[in-house]
Amino acid sequence: MSILDYDFMQRALVAAALVGLLAPLIGVFLVQRRLALLGDGMGHVALTGVGLAFLLGTAPIPTAMVTAALGAFLIEFIRYRSRTAGDVALALLFYGGIAGGVLFASLAPGKASSSLNAYLFGSLSTVASGDIVALLSLCLVVVILMAIFGREMFAMSLDADLAAVQGIRVRMMSTLLAVLAAVVVVVGMRVVGLLLVSAIMIVPVAAAQQVTRSFRATAAVAVLLGLIASVSGLVTSFVVEVPPGPTIVLEALALFAILALVAVPLRRRRRETH
Amino acid sequence: MSAETVVSVARACVEFDGEHVLENVDLSIEEGEFIALLGPNGSGKTTLIRAILGLQPLDHGKISLFGTPLGRFRDWHRVAIVPQRLPGATSIPVSVWEAVLSGGITPRGRWRPFPRSSRAAAQRALESVGLWSRRHDRLDTLSGGQQRRVLIARALSTSPDLLVMDEPTAGLDTANLQALTALLAHLHNAGTTIIVVTHELTGISDLVTRAVVLRNDHHESVKYDGPPPVPADFNNDVHPHHDDPPEAPPTVELDPS
Repeated sequence: MSILDYDFMQRALVAAALVGLLAPLIGVFLVQRRLALLGDGMGHVALTGVGLAFLLGTAPIPTAMVTAALGAFLIEFIRYRSRTAGDVALALLFYGGIAGGVLFASLAPGKASSSLNAYLFGSLSTVASGDIVALLSLCLVVVILMAIFGREMFAMSLDADLAAVQGIRVRMMSTLLAVLAAVVVVVGMRVVGLLLVSAIMIVPVAAAQQVTRSFRATAAVAVLLGLIASVSGLVTSFVVEVPPGPTIVLEALALFAILALVAVPLRRRRRETH
Repeated sequence: MSAETVVSVARACVEFDGEHVLENVDLSIEEGEFIALLGPNGSGKTTLIRAILGLQPLDHGKISLFGTPLGRFRDWHRVAIVPQRLPGATSIPVSVWEAVLSGGITPRGRWRPFPRSSRAAAQRALESVGLWSRRHDRLDTLSGGQQRRVLIARALSTSPDLLVMDEPTAGLDTANLQALTALLAHLHNAGTTIIVVTHELTGISDLVTRAVVLRNDHHESVKYDGPPPVPADFNNDVHPHHDDPPEAPPTVELDPS
């Protein structure tokens, strides 16, 4: 009997493929701006949205999307206003996000707090048929916005001052990037889980840059690795019967370890040719 | 054809937490000038440049670029900066070619593919600094001097009328310094207005047409504004402010040759 005979697995595979594709695409800019932990924080903030959805009986994906997007604006505002104490302010926001999520879920009627686990570490069975349309449209929005603004984001991530002198609206691009990271967090929360989704933004990028020489190649290889890790991690999770979040992240980390080992002789050879 | 005023700064003041960083700066830079902006650390050189580029708001005063007040200035393609490094190229691999192309990215181009003419200009610029053969290499695998040349190519690829360079000669070996000097001479002859922010005139003193020395120990930040060499009086702190802690001597050096 094939995995694909199960409807819920088909949906989970689509969701995993989408996050494997999108997360590294956004993550490459986060790593470049040294904001690797931003996605992590966004996941924590989105958890409050999930808790609220349980409490209010609303749909989790839109509620989490609105909360995470508001969180993205707030994070950019804090980063802009407080240059030195910025990371402490962000930490406060992130703790608040987790605490709020758990609190709201506990207050919600029924067994909401036990299903919170599925949102923290991902689940194979929670991708509903209606979710697929929502996930696909979110992904389409991300891809279109990246096609339009990706070059300006690249210039901003290289050096914000230089970008500003080229006429690029740096604050707008920075906020857009944070909002796109929030979208990816919400796309990934069903399958990978909110605590681990940012790993799919960062780990494939860290793996790819072991062997690449350009930004474009890094982004392309990272997307490929993200796809491999998320799809194969999902299948592993089905076979071994564990939550998919941890298997996906561990497979991504394994890819990182392999490429890091491959990179050692590669770099040595490059150095010798110069 | 009369020369255009490229940069006009009038009574510019900037304070950080009540400390005057720039006080009453008046500066007018004409087309084709080669300016060296000199002064010790903390004299406000960087702040003045950031203010001219619209990156640092003024507390008082006015700045115009090419005759347009900064707030309404939109012709940013006429201006280019050569920074000391690209922070984003150290956290992710960025190729030499991508670094040069990034200079041509503008909001106006966002709705269409990267123009072929910009690629051609980037290629010419990279060839002019002699690093076309290294275009596929990671920027951070090049030597410091080569990276500086890539950043110059990045600025040149947009054919700017005003070129601002931050410490372009710092840490360059003789070969890279000669290449830089030749390139700057060529740009200056072609009519580009150049502002070099620097500690020292070493290597470029023959090219500089005007030296502006900043020092923030009085009510006017500009201490000297005129042709090089800077008179010796301005090389030593002749009027130390009585509140100031003793500082390292200002390092306005002149090319000994």
